[in-house]
Amino acid sequence: MHDSRATTSAGSTPVGSTHGSTQVMTADHEAHNPALLHHFADAQQQKNAASLGMWLFLVTEIMFFGGMFCAYLIYRLAHFNAFAAGSQQLNIWMGGVNTAVLIVSSVTVVLAVKAAEAGKRKLLTGYLVVTVLLGMTFLVIKGFEYAEKFEKHHVPGPTFNFTEKFDDNGKQIPVNPKEAELFFSLYFAMTGMHALHMIIGCGLFSTLAVLAWKGHYTTNYFTPIENAGLYWHLVDIIWIYLFPLLYLISRHT
Amino acid sequence: MATTTVIPATPAPKLNYLNNGHTLKSWLLTTDHKRIALLYLVSVTAMFMLGGFFAMLIRLELLTPQGDLMQADTYNKVFTMHGMIMVFFFLVPVVPAVLGNFLVPLMVGAKDLAFPRINLLSWYLYVAGGLLFLHCMLNGGVDTGWTFYTPYSTVGSNTNVIEAGLAIFLAGFSSIFTGLNFIVTVHRMRAPGLTWGRLPLFIWSNYATALVMILGTPVLAITIVLVAVERSFHLGIFDPNLGGDPLLFQHLFWFYSHPAVYIMILPSMGVISEVIACFTRKRVFGYKFVALSSVAIAVFGFLVWAHHMFVAGISLYAALVFSFLSFSVGVPSAVKVFNWTATLYKGSITYATPMLYAFGFIGLFTIGGLTGLMLATIGINVHVTDTYFVIAHFHYIMVGGALMGYLGGLHFWWPKITGRMYPEAWAKLSAMFVFFGFNLTFFPQFILGYLGMPRRYWQYPPEFQVLNVLSTAGASVLAVGYLLPMIYLLWSLRYGPIAGDNPWGAAGLEWKTTSPPPTFNFDETPVVTWEAYNYDEIPEPKELEAPVAR
Amino acid sequence: MAQPESTHEHDLTVEHEHTTHSQGFYIAIGAVLLVLTITTAAVAFINLGPFNPVVALLIATIKATLVILFFMHVKGASEKLTGVVVLSAFFFLAILLTLSLADYLTRSWR
Repeated sequence: MHDSRATTSAGSTPVGSTHGSTQVMTADHEAHNPALLHHFADAQQQKNAASLGMWLFLVTEIMFFGGMFCAYLIYRLAHFNAFAAGSQQLNIWMGGVNTAVLIVSSVTVVLAVKAAEAGKRKLLTGYLVVTVLLGMTFLVIKGFEYAEKFEKHHVPGPTFNFTEKFDDNGKQIPVNPKEAELFFSLYFAMTGMHALHMIIGCGLFSTLAVLAWKGHYTTNYFTPIENAGLYWHLVDIIWIYLFPLLYLISRHT
Repeated sequence: MATTTVIPATPAPKLNYLNNGHTLKSWLLTTDHKRIALLYLVSVTAMFMLGGFFAMLIRLELLTPQGDLMQADTYNKVFTMHGMIMVFFFLVPVVPAVLGNFLVPLMVGAKDLAFPRINLLSWYLYVAGGLLFLHCMLNGGVDTGWTFYTPYSTVGSNTNVIEAGLAIFLAGFSSIFTGLNFIVTVHRMRAPGLTWGRLPLFIWSNYATALVMILGTPVLAITIVLVAVERSFHLGIFDPNLGGDPLLFQHLFWFYSHPAVYIMILPSMGVISEVIACFTRKRVFGYKFVALSSVAIAVFGFLVWAHHMFVAGISLYAALVFSFLSFSVGVPSAVKVFNWTATLYKGSITYATPMLYAFGFIGLFTIGGLTGLMLATIGINVHVTDTYFVIAHFHYIMVGGALMGYLGGLHFWWPKITGRMYPEAWAKLSAMFVFFGFNLTFFPQFILGYLGMPRRYWQYPPEFQVLNVLSTAGASVLAVGYLLPMIYLLWSLRYGPIAGDNPWGAAGLEWKTTSPPPTFNFDETPVVTWEAYNYDEIPEPKELEAPVAR
Repeated sequence: MAQPESTHEHDLTVEHEHTTHSQGFYIAIGAVLLVLTITTAAVAFINLGPFNPVVALLIATIKATLVILFFMHVKGASEKLTGVVVLSAFFFLAILLTLSLADYLTRSWR
């Protein structure tokens, strides 16, 4: 009764589709692409839709982090000395190494997409696993960094204590510890939210690695790999901005 | 189908989305946009009843100058509950998630939205948010006002701020997913021949709404998260004690919450365009301008937020800029009103119920919009900020505008949704109740506000009583106007006359399929070769021609 | 857009709507990103006065642009819409930042 397009043999296969109300379907399963959902005319339309949907989701992520970047910008302008003093207390080595780890993981992600496109299942799985490992490396380093903050009492709250001064080219300028607490509040909010996205990304890529190993993806269908890749790159881009903004204020002493 | 025991001799009724599966599972796990629209209809209506209940409590308390129904603490919670429920759980989702969900794929000639499972997830997120909010309400509620202003929400209030915030966070996610689905569907799923210039204006306005949902909602989400971590982990982002700025919260909050007003009103504007075209039998005057004005409203809406903060302590110079930018929203809004009016000119007008709501919308939205321009003027704004003038202004937009548009649309598409007509006489009567009840409720509030009665107080000087009694009386009339449709629309499900595929003789792809539509909307993918609103090519249905005045 | 995007004739095959580069190319981009990371860290230790944050943000933006164009395949994409989506995100973020700043930077004016 439905779906008999003249021009295409539009897929009406329920495989892989969870239409709760597709109990009545035409029997002519001409299309054999198991990943093609019924309401799309063809695989190209489905892929284009998924890609646009993912990009729109990334827009929401940019605006989500954008709120914190807005807070950062305004407070940095208002309390520059405290922000510089706080920034000088961050561990530039851990931050820098983490930046490198994320960049390398971005390369492995883009190579994973390339492997998927070429239909190389083992290579794809390998790159996905390496990406997860790099993501976990990032999180472990981040964990050590957070531990350092706890030891130095740089975690906002009742135990917060900040006696360090702002080293402005050798001049030791005392700063208001309250304002330094504001810097660390932003530091934890921004890096914490970023780390949460990394954890989600690691879970995502672990799942994809298992599915890829099982041969779930073909040269015609690897949209989840591509879209997860886009997500990972965006999380990388956010860190690319976080690193100079948080770690590199007034380092020239 | 489950009913395989049908005797072969009798012709089976045509399968449609309603009789295609009758189990609870076939509804709760459906990915059919039409069924999800009905799920939304039920849940949104439930939240509306709850929000209305709190509205009635407010009006009852304000019947007398003293606080005799409740005291300040309770009253604070009551108006907060009213505001949060109505804004986040009713007005934001109502037209997009109910009418938009049902109509967007039909109007673009698609089998479903682009991401049916995300659409279902969106409803579950809404329900989860709603249930969490109910839980929060039953555990004492929140008293911050729907705006969550810091520092009261972070250090002052001892109510369940975090839980309410999480509930709204979830509802926000639901809204984001709806918007994402709409944008992708409009870009990717249009039927062959359906170009952007041929799209119904309802699609244009929902597209613009979806843009606001995508761009604005995440900022609200992070703001609520920051309030929550400030309350629970002592991260002092907005804490003035640490050099933080509570006004930054207001900036971030209104960056979403001002455009959110356009999330509420834009889809209703789309409804009005459809209804007016149909009941004047004309193409909407200046189609392109009406279409683009929706997008313009969505974009300009992001440039004006600080007019909510004129007296909060922002810089005078920024206030001047925001005041000027606020006026700019008046331009595309006026384009719409003028073009609707021009469409009416020499139109063959039928006074059906949806058209009555459309007339109500135009008049009330105009009053709401013009008082909005008054409020954008800093001098007046300083005088009436936080008075009932503001309350009256935004209720003219949200109730007089958005809700009227929703009711008009619900009646207009009811025959398509259910396959049955609603009782026209009862519908006209209740439209009258809504219109007169609304004006009696809220017009006195303009005067009250101008005389200086502040909002959010449970008591007031006795000289304000007459106007408050009028307002409460109007609220009772309004309540009747809202309850009547619930009764007769339910009645019509069983006893309403069978509607036929196109009872209004309306243009648009949704009327070219059966009522109710089949599960995948069209038996054959439509190919569009005509412009939108080609009413000169569509015969007027007979039952509409005869009785009513032209 | 005269013709909607949904009128594709083929069913099962999917055009890869972006140009794929060689493995070496991606690794080279990654190397450039690493070099830029070292550069930005090194430059931070040189006193450029008010230009330190400018340079830092400039390098970060170059890095982000490289990732968007090549890793996220926006350059060479047959679909121009993707670029519009990306730009609009940054446009509205810019609105949030500039109009908020318009308040904070002029508060002390009298």
